[in-house]
Amino acid sequence: MTTPVWAQLSYLVAAVCFIVALKGLSSPKAARRGNLIGAAGAVLACVTVFFAAEIDHLLPILVAVAVGTVIGAVGAYRVQMTQMPQLVALFNGVGGGAAAIVALVELNKIIAAGSPGPVELAATSFTIMIGTISFAGSVVTFLKLQELMTSRPVVFPGYPLAYGAALLATLAAAVLLVPVATLWLGIVLAVLGLVLGVLLVLPVGGADVPIVISLLNAFTGLAVAASGYVLQNVLLLVAGTLVGAAGTLLTRLMAAAMGRSLFNILFGSLRGGSTLG
Amino acid sequence: MSEPLVWLTVFILAIFVGNEVIAKVSSTLHTPLMSGANAIHGVILLGAVLVAGSADTTPVLVVALLAVVLASINMVGGFVVTDRMLQMFSGRRRIAKVDQRPGLPGGDTRELPR
Repeated sequence: MTTPVWAQLSYLVAAVCFIVALKGLSSPKAARRGNLIGAAGAVLACVTVFFAAEIDHLLPILVAVAVGTVIGAVGAYRVQMTQMPQLVALFNGVGGGAAAIVALVELNKIIAAGSPGPVELAATSFTIMIGTISFAGSVVTFLKLQELMTSRPVVFPGYPLAYGAALLATLAAAVLLVPVATLWLGIVLAVLGLVLGVLLVLPVGGADVPIVISLLNAFTGLAVAASGYVLQNVLLLVAGTLVGAAGTLLTRLMAAAMGRSLFNILFGSLRGGSTLG
Repeated sequence: MSEPLVWLTVFILAIFVGNEVIAKVSSTLHTPLMSGANAIHGVILLGAVLVAGSADTTPVLVVALLAVVLASINMVGGFVVTDRMLQMFSGRRRIAKVDQRPGLPGGDTRELPR
């Protein structure tokens, strides 16, 4: 699956659009235009992929795109201003979920093709892990902000042990996937990532949730970047990395603006201190 | 330069670009910027389309199509909700300027003295 030169140039234009978009979004005057430039880049990229690669099952794919477009647009138009943060969390979550699914499908394919390379497997493993953490974490932040569950920090007895165990198990599965490449291990990793994502966000209090959404947003960016290497698509790598880097810095800026430390937000409640802002 | 190294180079350089372009963001724009960045990682849609387009069994296709739906929600919803957020920013500022005292002729858009 080699990408033609015109398509690579088109991806380059889209990548530049994304950079200009981020630049615009960080100044009040150019913000709205910046967002539109980003959207234009995304449209260009989507049109390009349909003409550049051999795409089977064209009709079901276009239907799926249409379904997602309608759901996303209707959700975004209907939402009240006060509910926008949780909608962003939900959008971020489904993006992370999509990245994890893409990596699982690709894992299935490279195993079937035989003798997968270690770097490719490591990137696949990373995408599955981070994508599922981002998905589950974002869903919990959505539930918290939508007040479908308590927005207070949730810490049950034995939480630190459960968190530590989930963290170690997830990392172990992620590392193990490189020498022992099987689809089942990939699925186990995905489930562990989901558990870890939930445990990561449970102890975060209401006022700190937007900062955690920003962190998970950066996570999804990195998952997309890694999937770019897996699929050998440079635009995914660049766009994902941009979001990962900008999102990480933004998370730190947001925490600083609220006078919070990221470590305290994530783990403060473990030490007995409330994370309620 | 071996091929993985080229990817690593692009990755590292993109980190610096991503940090640099938003370094001077004003704090009022934190949420729209987060939302806009969120929309940008919706390009995972390309990845979803690629794996769905090369699926060779029905279960794989179904799973990949789910990814296509999720990624389109992320991308389209992300850009639309960011635009709405920014619209409200400028909208609110305009409303604040309009004189809404009673007794003025209808459809008045005179600006209040600051």
